[in-house]
Amino acid sequence: MSDTTPNAKDRNAQKDAGLNIVRLLMEGRAFFALIAIIAIFSVLSPNYFSVPNFLIMTSQVAIFGLLAIGMLLVILSGGIDLSVGSTLALCGVFAGFLMQGVEIASLGVILYLPVWAVVICTLALGAFVGVVNGVLVAWFKVPAFVATLGSLYVARGAALLMTNGLTFNNLSGREELGNTGFVWLGFNRLWGVPISIFVLAFVAVSAHLLLSRTPFGRWLYSTGGNTNAAELSGVPVKSVQIMVYVLSGISAAIAGMVLSSQLTSAGPTAGTTYELTAIAAVVVGGASLMGGRGTVQGTLLGAFVIVFLGAGLVITGVSSYWQTVFTGTVIVLAVMLNSVQYGGAGKRS
Amino acid sequence: MQIPTTNETPQANPDLGEVVLAARNVAKSFGAVRALRGVNFDVHRGQVTTLFGENGAGKSTLMKILSGVQLPTSGELILDGEPVVIQSASEARDLGISIIHQELSLAPNMTVRDNIFMGREIVGPMGVDYAEEERQARALMRELEEDVDPLTRVEDLRLGQQQIVEIARALSVNSRILIMDEPTSALSASEVEVLFKVIRDLKARGVSIVYISHHLEEALTITDHAVVLRDGAMTAYAPRAEIDLEWIVRNMVGENFNLGQPPQGYAMGAPALELENLTVPVATGHGNAVDALDLSVKAGEILCIYGLMGAGRTEMMECVAGRLSASGGTVKLHGQNIDGLSIAARISAGLVLVPEDRQRDGLVPTMTVGRNLSLASIAKFTRGLFTNRADEAAIIDRSIREVTVKTDGPHAPIGSLSGGNQQKVVIGKMLATHPSVVLLDEPSRGIDIGAKAEVFRILAEHAKQGMAVIYTTSEVSECLSIAHRIIVMRRGRIAAEFTHDTTKESIMAASGESLVA
Repeated sequence: MSDTTPNAKDRNAQKDAGLNIVRLLMEGRAFFALIAIIAIFSVLSPNYFSVPNFLIMTSQVAIFGLLAIGMLLVILSGGIDLSVGSTLALCGVFAGFLMQGVEIASLGVILYLPVWAVVICTLALGAFVGVVNGVLVAWFKVPAFVATLGSLYVARGAALLMTNGLTFNNLSGREELGNTGFVWLGFNRLWGVPISIFVLAFVAVSAHLLLSRTPFGRWLYSTGGNTNAAELSGVPVKSVQIMVYVLSGISAAIAGMVLSSQLTSAGPTAGTTYELTAIAAVVVGGASLMGGRGTVQGTLLGAFVIVFLGAGLVITGVSSYWQTVFTGTVIVLAVMLNSVQYGGAGKRS
Repeated sequence: MQIPTTNETPQANPDLGEVVLAARNVAKSFGAVRALRGVNFDVHRGQVTTLFGENGAGKSTLMKILSGVQLPTSGELILDGEPVVIQSASEARDLGISIIHQELSLAPNMTVRDNIFMGREIVGPMGVDYAEEERQARALMRELEEDVDPLTRVEDLRLGQQQIVEIARALSVNSRILIMDEPTSALSASEVEVLFKVIRDLKARGVSIVYISHHLEEALTITDHAVVLRDGAMTAYAPRAEIDLEWIVRNMVGENFNLGQPPQGYAMGAPALELENLTVPVATGHGNAVDALDLSVKAGEILCIYGLMGAGRTEMMECVAGRLSASGGTVKLHGQNIDGLSIAARISAGLVLVPEDRQRDGLVPTMTVGRNLSLASIAKFTRGLFTNRADEAAIIDRSIREVTVKTDGPHAPIGSLSGGNQQKVVIGKMLATHPSVVLLDEPSRGIDIGAKAEVFRILAEHAKQGMAVIYTTSEVSECLSIAHRIIVMRRGRIAAEFTHDTTKESIMAASGESLVA
């Protein structure tokens, strides 16, 4: 630059500042959207901005947030997991089934597992669904959309078969059998905060560390960004692809237990279309469906935006039909902004 | 066609008889970056004008302006003596200006016929007149001497044939001005000859051609005028009769240049990589891409593999790196059999591949420069469960310095780098794993001569320290640079072997191509 007079410098600085504000608004858009939603509904309804309401809303966020974090991992790898809603129901029902006691006919005994064993078995079931999805995608090259669409049906069907379409209502266990405590997950509070929120926080922090600080995180981002390049750089892309579905299945299992614990009942139709809400949370949080871009923080914000918006519409008495319209609009808007952001980034100068 | 020998510096008012399209004082800025700074450029009627320049010199920007893809920031275009403003590619096509892009823009799932007539289907009373389209497509392909049925799907064609389809599409709109951006990069020598014959036919019909190529020797055989761009400005302009290869290179890079000599003055070590009887089948179809190949490369040796497209070079390298599986034979690394090892295991054993297509196989576009550089050596900066940021930063910094990547820093997006610097990142990523054998498939593809020289300098330095280097190339001049030994591959076999004091002619003769004259 030949004209580096003080004036020109000032102008440049101003221009930079302007650009920075635009960039800040752009990058923090989910955060600002959340602030705007809270502000607007707090004005519209005095009940919205209150501690009890926030805790209720955050308990809902816990379910979607857990599913969305699992979904984020899959989406980062360039795939998609449509089975999480069904897996949630299957795992909830499975936990409920174990809580009723498993009758082993040949021995003539009914086995009542302690709660920690129920939890582990349920997590294993979620992981198993994930292994099936992951192997189909990584080894058999079934497109992720189709493979997990299949699991969506199979898992839902299995849940219905397990209960004959009925719901397990008694999850509290019995003192004399030593299997009480399952409802603790959904009902108890620590320092006034529901346990489910601590569960979400723990999963979110673990996922964040996994993505940002471990080799696996780097493998995942590179697999989603360019599978060929990752493979030629020595990344075990097939293991990464299987692992993300396993982690997604485990997240769904946790969400399933939290939900059935919150409801004190485990129904086979729980979580229908939750996979779509989870995908929505991930994209509203700025992740790219093409893979390779996205963060846990963004995804959590996305889950907050969707739940807080929906709850606000309920509190202000907007009809549920309009809620659907609003949610859809927010999702499309978010993806549109993603395209604007990422469209320019990849171009060569 | 008579070549004018007068001073060719573009005049303010172009000579209407000679110049069909002229750019005057054309400048283009992207934000603070000035891609073009007041360029004057003449397209001569019925002649080939070749645009030379390194990556980032502004060639592509100028072509985009001429073909209506972008509008200039200032300056004007003069078509047949009249100033014109070309707003879009379709407007340019209506004015008779067509462009063949370097990246193919064909729909692979559709037939050759449908691709040629895409967007301007011939419509009869009964809908699309497929019979007429097919007849015209057949005539075009015959004219291009390419024996391809118009009803073949494009994905079933070789890359070179796809390029010919792209050319056929441009010809089918009866363009007066045809812009060709690197049209030969995917063609075999015989296909290049056909293309050059087509270009001569087009010239005879009065079509003007703007030609861009990194393949300088090839471009010199076809061009009538040479224009050299450097840093967005025009540095030289001359008719063919007055110039030679050296003149172009000198004006492109601003100094005399050579790609280096084989490093000397050290003893080579034991064989680092040995292939015995290696056979790799063709991915689709019958036969072997690599046919019972024997090869041994010593530590510290630089080996160049020359061959035409389809000679089996890429398959050989990808098999050695573990990406393709062999149907027979063994690969030994420092005497150890490594058959059946995964890519990751081969990398940790010291064998790495720098792939041919850096966009497809080399770079992760969503990650930063730094993370691309460290991708292959994650284990080196992992402590326990977690990666260590300081150790990673040290590895990245060393890589950036070692392969001299020009970047704003490790956090810059990889897409912000020029092609040559992107290639250096791919090479740097693999070198960061401290390999003892490095395979490079066409390391100079699509990068400018300055970057080429640097890549070769880096390789020569590593060879001196005992690394075995194997690289492929399709440019003969690159065989005769740093390589101690040159092998010519032909149909999956070694056709000939030379030392570095051989001649271009004998290398080309052994590969089965003749010098394009």
